[in-house]
Amino acid sequence: MNHKAVISATALAAAMTFSTASHAGATLDAVKEKGHVQCGVTTGLAGFSQSNDKGVWTGIDVDMCRAVAAAVFGDAGKVKFTPLTAKERFTALQSGEIDMLSRNTTWTLTRDSNLGLNFAGVNYYDGQGFLVSKDLGVKSATELDGAAICIQAGTTTELNLADYFRSKGMKYTPITFDRSEETIKAFEAGRCDVLTSDQSQLYALRIQLAKPESAIVLPEVVSKEPLGPVVRNGDEDWFKIVRWSLSAMLNAEELGISSANIDDLKESSTNPNVRRLIGLEGIKGQGLGLPDDWAYSIVKQVGNYSEVFERNVGKGSALGISRGLNALWADGGIQYAPPIR
Amino acid sequence: MPMDNQDQMPSRPPLWNDPDKRALIFQVIVLAAVFAFFAYIFSNTLHNLEKRGISTGFDFLNNEAGFGILMSLIPYDETYTFGRTFLVGLLNTLLVSFLGIILATILGFIIGVARLSNNWLIAKIATVYIETFRNIPLLLQILFWYFAMLPLLPHPRQSVNFSDAFFLNSRGLYLPAPVFESAFLWVLIALFVAIIAVVFLVRWAHKRQAATGQPFHTFWVSLAILVTLPAVAYVVTGMPLNWNLPELKGFNFRGGMTIIPELAALLLALSIYTAAFIAEIVRSGIQAVSHGQTEAAYALGLRPAKTLQLVIIPQAMRVIIPQLTSQYLNLTKNSSLAAAVGYPDLVAVFAGTTLNQTGQAVEIIFMTMMVYLTISLLISLFMNWYNNKMALVER
Repeated sequence: MNHKAVISATALAAAMTFSTASHAGATLDAVKEKGHVQCGVTTGLAGFSQSNDKGVWTGIDVDMCRAVAAAVFGDAGKVKFTPLTAKERFTALQSGEIDMLSRNTTWTLTRDSNLGLNFAGVNYYDGQGFLVSKDLGVKSATELDGAAICIQAGTTTELNLADYFRSKGMKYTPITFDRSEETIKAFEAGRCDVLTSDQSQLYALRIQLAKPESAIVLPEVVSKEPLGPVVRNGDEDWFKIVRWSLSAMLNAEELGISSANIDDLKESSTNPNVRRLIGLEGIKGQGLGLPDDWAYSIVKQVGNYSEVFERNVGKGSALGISRGLNALWADGGIQYAPPIR
Repeated sequence: MPMDNQDQMPSRPPLWNDPDKRALIFQVIVLAAVFAFFAYIFSNTLHNLEKRGISTGFDFLNNEAGFGILMSLIPYDETYTFGRTFLVGLLNTLLVSFLGIILATILGFIIGVARLSNNWLIAKIATVYIETFRNIPLLLQILFWYFAMLPLLPHPRQSVNFSDAFFLNSRGLYLPAPVFESAFLWVLIALFVAIIAVVFLVRWAHKRQAATGQPFHTFWVSLAILVTLPAVAYVVTGMPLNWNLPELKGFNFRGGMTIIPELAALLLALSIYTAAFIAEIVRSGIQAVSHGQTEAAYALGLRPAKTLQLVIIPQAMRVIIPQLTSQYLNLTKNSSLAAAVGYPDLVAVFAGTTLNQTGQAVEIIFMTMMVYLTISLLISLFMNWYNNKMALVER
């Protein structure tokens, strides 16, 4: 809730006030000492991070955290989640409340340069879209002049929306909520004509409606939203661990390594690329300060990028989103990871 | 001889044995320590922020905000600055606090008096009201009013229509907006004159009653003056007031004034919740006035209503006002729960969206805290002044 944001911000002020400088690698040491990765996620967004009635978190962002835990500890279960609203997320990371933020967060210049944050990569390429009720009879976003629009506070969505309507010379009424639950409730209650968010979120929110078929997602995508894990500035060692955890999953998909076949490949593969990823030869985890089998643990316990995608947001999930931009570069998408060698 | 006298004076004690000087020295040391502590905090904060690559300073207030705000009392759109979003949020907070204090006070006094009513039903209803609303967390009440009311309201195209001027739908209550022509100034002047006339009339009536004992129908005569003078001015200057009616264009109504459901829900919840506390304060204030006062008033032949107005309430006010102050402060601070239902108050707009878009947490939280501190101190000052005015004047 909102008061938590204020508490986080106050905590940040306090942290900035009293803390002394930290050395590089401090985050990894601290994580190892406490025995788990503290990861900031959403308060509940299907496909990205959501907890079930037993408190088990699932989602593409959650798997990103679990991959880092697998790389550090060899155990994907050694991760604790902090649910955060869009407004709270950066403060929680800046103040050291969490070790990494994996909360469908858009990589922008302001955030990268002004907030003391580092984006470790892109685990989902998204774009902003519009969800409207079918009764409205709207076919395109250009017909939305004068509409009341529900938004979540503290997102790039708020700015993109303003830019889009300004560039088209159209008027709108923004109704801004803290959490996506309230946003979708207000949309359902008819407070607004349109709900705007990243397209992946719109599909996730749509299946939460009482009648999902009563609403449609308009074809327009009005912005670029590269979403990815974020860490604090000033600790490059930790930054690299998060970045290479993501790269390991992408490389595994590219090399055809999955959680199902990795043990067989470990025994039989003669492909040097595969053997390097599994940690049988090459530099292994040495430079990252990780065990030799760090990438093996990620793929074995969490899966490669394709498994993670399909399980959470793709064919194997209720959302059924196709890979699109998120396909590997070799398959016509733009997901591309530097090689492990 | 003066010289001799001086020789016999005891020599001045050393500094540490002189209690006055010693106290002064300690105070200077404490003050210096406090200053040094805050200077350390300040420089350390700046240093750490810089080290983490978080920019500092208040320059961000001049940057373009780039996001829209649902409701603004002053002109605002995306092209205004972050500094402007501060003002927009501040005014929205002041609006809901001001209206909330007035509504809560009126409602609280009515319920408080009703609780002491001799009518069993009225007294019980007031008791149930107090016990219900006082004991449910405010945040839940705000969410309840918002999400319980919204689905009941129709879509803009099926609005509830009152004589083509007022429309009620899920986007709010649409009212005609007054458009003033320049000649309307005369109507305002007439109203001002009427108010002064009423003040003099009331004074004169008091004096006359004190001198002759004859009552005067002050209320009705005042009302007549207040209505007639501006009305005459309005007609004479040629009715210089137009109404901008809301009309359905596209999805929503354009023109007119809107009371948004977020404001209504927040205001309702704040007033109803705080009124429950005020009612108890009013009850305790009235019960603090000894029953002998009532009996004395009845013995003098005053009716129950006059007794309440002239004898009980003025004495009860001395107990009520100091406690009322803290309820007003609570209401103002509680208005920061607005973000839950999307009402754009200071915390939602400035300590929320603006903080997130700029990342200047330390500066923004500092400014926001200062605003609430200032508002609270101002309310306290005003209420203390009012309390002194109402306090028992001892002769």
